[in-house]
Amino acid sequence: MEAQMDNLTMQDKLASSPSDEPRKQKKKKVLLMGKSGSGKSSMRSIIFSNYIAKDTRRLGATIDVDLSHVKFLGNLTLNLWDCGGSVYLKLAGEEEMLTSTDARQDAFMENYLSQQRQHVFSNVGVLIYVFDIESRDFDRDLLTYRSIVAALSQFSPTANVYILIHKMDLVVPNLREDIYNDRVSLIRSKSDAFDPTPFATSIWDQSLYKAWAEIIHDLVPNLDQIEKHLGSLGKLIMAEEVLLFERTSFLVVSSWTSNAIITSDKDHPAQNPTYDRNERLSNIIKNFKQSTSRYTGTPKSAEQLSIFDLKMPSFSMFLIKFTTNTYLGVVLPPGEERYNAAKLNCYIARTQFEDLDSPARKSADRAASSTEIVAES
Amino acid sequence: MSLLQTGRRRTKLDHSYNDRPRQGPFRHISPAQLSLERVHEQNRLGTPKKDGTKASEQAPGKSAKGKPRLLLMGQRRSGKSSISSVVFHKMPPNETLFLESTARIQKDSMHSFMDFQVWDFPGQVDFMDPSFDLDAIFGEIGALIWVIDAQDDYLEAITRLNGTILNLQPSYPNVNIEVFIHKVDGLSDDYKLDIQRDIMQRIQDELSDHGVENAPINFHLTSIYNHSIFEAFSKVIQKLIPHLSTLENLLNDLCRACRFEKAYLFDVLSKIYIATDASPVDMPSYEICSDYIDVIVDVSEIYGWDRPKEYIKSLEGPPWNKKLEDQTACKDAESAIVLTDGKRPIMLREVNKYLALVAIMCEGSYEKMPTVIMNVEGTVKGLIEVFEITKERR
Ligand SMILES: Nc1nc2c(ncn2[C@@H]2O[C@H](COP(=O)(O)OP(=O)(O)OP(=O)(O)O)[C@@H](O)[C@H]2O)c(=O)[nH]1
Ligand SMILES: Nc1nc2c(ncn2[C@@H]2O[C@H](COP(=O)(O)OP(=O)(O)OP(=O)(O)O)[C@@H](O)[C@H]2O)c(=O)[nH]1
Ligand SMILES: [Mg+2]
Ligand SMILES: [Mg+2]
Repeated sequence: MEAQMDNLTMQDKLASSPSDEPRKQKKKKVLLMGKSGSGKSSMRSIIFSNYIAKDTRRLGATIDVDLSHVKFLGNLTLNLWDCGGSVYLKLAGEEEMLTSTDARQDAFMENYLSQQRQHVFSNVGVLIYVFDIESRDFDRDLLTYRSIVAALSQFSPTANVYILIHKMDLVVPNLREDIYNDRVSLIRSKSDAFDPTPFATSIWDQSLYKAWAEIIHDLVPNLDQIEKHLGSLGKLIMAEEVLLFERTSFLVVSSWTSNAIITSDKDHPAQNPTYDRNERLSNIIKNFKQSTSRYTGTPKSAEQLSIFDLKMPSFSMFLIKFTTNTYLGVVLPPGEERYNAAKLNCYIARTQFEDLDSPARKSADRAASSTEIVAES
Repeated sequence: MSLLQTGRRRTKLDHSYNDRPRQGPFRHISPAQLSLERVHEQNRLGTPKKDGTKASEQAPGKSAKGKPRLLLMGQRRSGKSSISSVVFHKMPPNETLFLESTARIQKDSMHSFMDFQVWDFPGQVDFMDPSFDLDAIFGEIGALIWVIDAQDDYLEAITRLNGTILNLQPSYPNVNIEVFIHKVDGLSDDYKLDIQRDIMQRIQDELSDHGVENAPINFHLTSIYNHSIFEAFSKVIQKLIPHLSTLENLLNDLCRACRFEKAYLFDVLSKIYIATDASPVDMPSYEICSDYIDVIVDVSEIYGWDRPKEYIKSLEGPPWNKKLEDQTACKDAESAIVLTDGKRPIMLREVNKYLALVAIMCEGSYEKMPTVIMNVEGTVKGLIEVFEITKERR
C-alpha cells in the first residue's frame, strides 16, 4: 500500500493546473477534515497503511494537506485529502485562526488562500468530518464545521457528508450513547442542505472499520453488480455468509447473508447475534497481518494471507485471495463435502469477479465502454 | 465447550460502545474471562482482618492438595502481579501501570489440562520470620519464581533471593527456583546478557560461600510487553508435567513424519506451550502460533453461535441425509493457513477442551493436507492417551 500512496503536498498539487482532474477514471476526491489532533491521520494510517492504534501516537500534526491515492476495486481510485487541522480552517475563511507562528506557512497561506478554497472544495465526492469527542469547545468546532459545509455547498453541492464522532473510547461507557446522540443532532442542524451520515468511532476498537467500510461501500462504482454476483455465489454454494474484503484495508466492501436460517423458536435467533461481525473480522485480520509480517519478514504493506481454512463443529469458514483487489470470506455449515465444493466454486467464480474488480483487464474495446458506463452512473 | 470452538465467553450481547475499548492486538479482547477461580477474593472476604504476611492462616484447603503451586516472589514493584495478570488474566500489558501494590497473597487456581495454582506474593513478605509456616507455602510447591526488576538496582533482590534459598535448602532441597530477570524490554541484547551473567555470578558465589552447590536455579529474560513471559512460563510449567518426555516424543515423531519445522502443544487459555518437539524454539514461530490461536478464538466468538434446530435439521435433510456431525471429517476444531510467501504453512488441531496442537509445516505441505491430517490424527490420539493415564494416576 505504501507504494501506492504517494504523498504530495499542497504545493506539488498546485503546481499543476487544478482543472487537470482526469474525467475518465473513477477518481473520487475524499476530503478528511476536522480540528487539529482530532485523529484524521490516525484513522487514515490504520485503515490504509497498516498502522496499529498504538503507532498513531508517533504521528505529528499534518502540515497543509497529505494527499494519497488509494487504489480500490472496480478501478476506483480514492484521492484522499488528509487536511491538516491547523491549516484548512483558514480555507473556510476563518481568518482569526491565523495565529500560526510559522512564517513560511503564513506566507504560503496568504498566497494561495483564495486559489486553495476552490481547489480544495471543488469536485469533492465525499467529505469526512472528524469531531474530537474530547474537544473542550464544541461550539467553536461547530462553527468551523459550518464554514466548511458552506464552502462545500458552494463548490460541491452533491458531495456526501459523513461525520465521525471520534475518540469515543475516552467517554465513560454509559454516557456514550447520550453524548453521541446529542452531538449528532446539533451537527445535523448545522449541515445546510447536506444530510450527513454519523458514526461513533475509536481507533481502539472495530468501530473505525465500520465507518470506513460504509463510506467505501458507497463509493465503489459497480457495487450493485458485485453484490448481485456475491448473492448468487452464496446461494449456489449454500453459504451462511459471504464477505468481500478489500485487499489492503481489509474493509468489508460487500457482504451477503443467507436467509435460509429459519426458525420459529423465539429463544434461538435466526440471525447471528454478533451484528458488528464484519468490522470485527476486519480488525482481527488486520491485527494478524502484523504477526504474519513479522513471521515472514515481509513488509506489512505486502500481501500476507493466501488461504485460511477453519473447520469447527458448528461452522466452517475459509478466506482466500480472490481477485486483484479482494479477498473472499465464506462461512458455511459444517461438512467436508459442502466445504470442498464451495471452495472449488469460489475459485471458479474468480474470473467473473475479476472482470467486475478491474474492468481494464478485459479486452481493450470492452474495457473502454464498460468504464464509461460505470463512470457515468 | 472449548474456548477454541465458542470463543471467549461474552457476558452480554455486544453493543458497540458498551464494550471496553480494545487495546492493541486481539489477544487482549476479554480480560479475566478465563476459567480462573479468584480464590483470593474469597480469602479477602472471609478473612478481612488478617495480615497477608501470615500466610499460615491462609493455607489452602483440601481442594488445593495435589495441585502444584507456582509462587511469584520478589521485590516490591518488580512486576509479579503484572506477570500473573498478563499471563493468566489476559490483561493488556499497558494496563498493569495501574495495578496496586499487593497487600495479601493472591491465589489463583487454574483449571486447565492440569490444575495448578499461582500465588502472587506481596513484595515485602519476610520468610525469615520464624512465625512463618514454611510448610504451608512450600509443601505443595511446583516452582518458586523469583522476579527481579532488571531496570532497577537488583542487589537487594539478590540478597533476599539468596536468603530465601538458604532458608529453604535444608527442608526443601528440590524446589525448582526460576529467576525471571524481568522488564528487559528496552534493554539492548548485550546489556541483557551482561545483567544475566552478573546476577548468576552473584547468586552462585554467595550460595557456594554457604556451602550450597548446584541448587536447581534457572534464569529467564522476561518482559510482559512481548512473548518472552509466556515462553518463560512455558518452560516453568513443563517441568511440572508428568510424562513430558512422552508428549515430546509424540511431537518429535509427528515432525519427522510430516517434515514439520516445529510443533507446539498449547494451553489455549494461557497460550503457554506445555510441550514442543526437540528442535530449538524460536520466538517468531512461537509468536505466530500463539497469535494464530487468538485469530481462531476470535473468529469462533463471532461465528460459533447456536444455530436454530430447524436450520440444523434442514442441513441434515436431502441431499445430505446425514447427521451434521457425520458430515464432518473431524469432530474437533481444525485449521490451516497459507501465507503468500507459500513457505511455511501453519496448521492447528484441537486436542481437547484445553489443548491445541499448532505446527509450522514445510513448503508444499498444504497440498498434502490429507496425509498430514492422518498423521496429526494419530498424534492427537497419542496425546490424549497420555493425559488420560495422568488423570487416572491422580
Ligand atoms: N484515545 C484516542 N486517541 C486517538 C484516537 N484517534 C486518534 N487519537 C490520538 O490523537 C492524536 C492526534 O491524532 P492525529 O491523527 O495526528 O490527528 P490529526 O487530526 O491528523 O491532526 P492534524 O494533522 O494536526 O490535523 C494521536 O496521538 C492519536 O493517537 C481515538 O480514537 N482515541
Ligand atoms: N517496562 C516494564 N514494566 C513492567 C513489566 N512488568 C511490570 N512492569 C511494571 O512494573 C510496575 C510494578 O508492577 P507490579 O506487578 O505491581 O509489581 P509487584 O511485583 O506485584 O509489586 P508488589 O505487589 O508491590 O510487590 C508496574 O507499573 C508495571 O507496569 C515489564 O515487563 N516491563
Ligand atoms: Mg494529521
Ligand atoms: Mg503485586
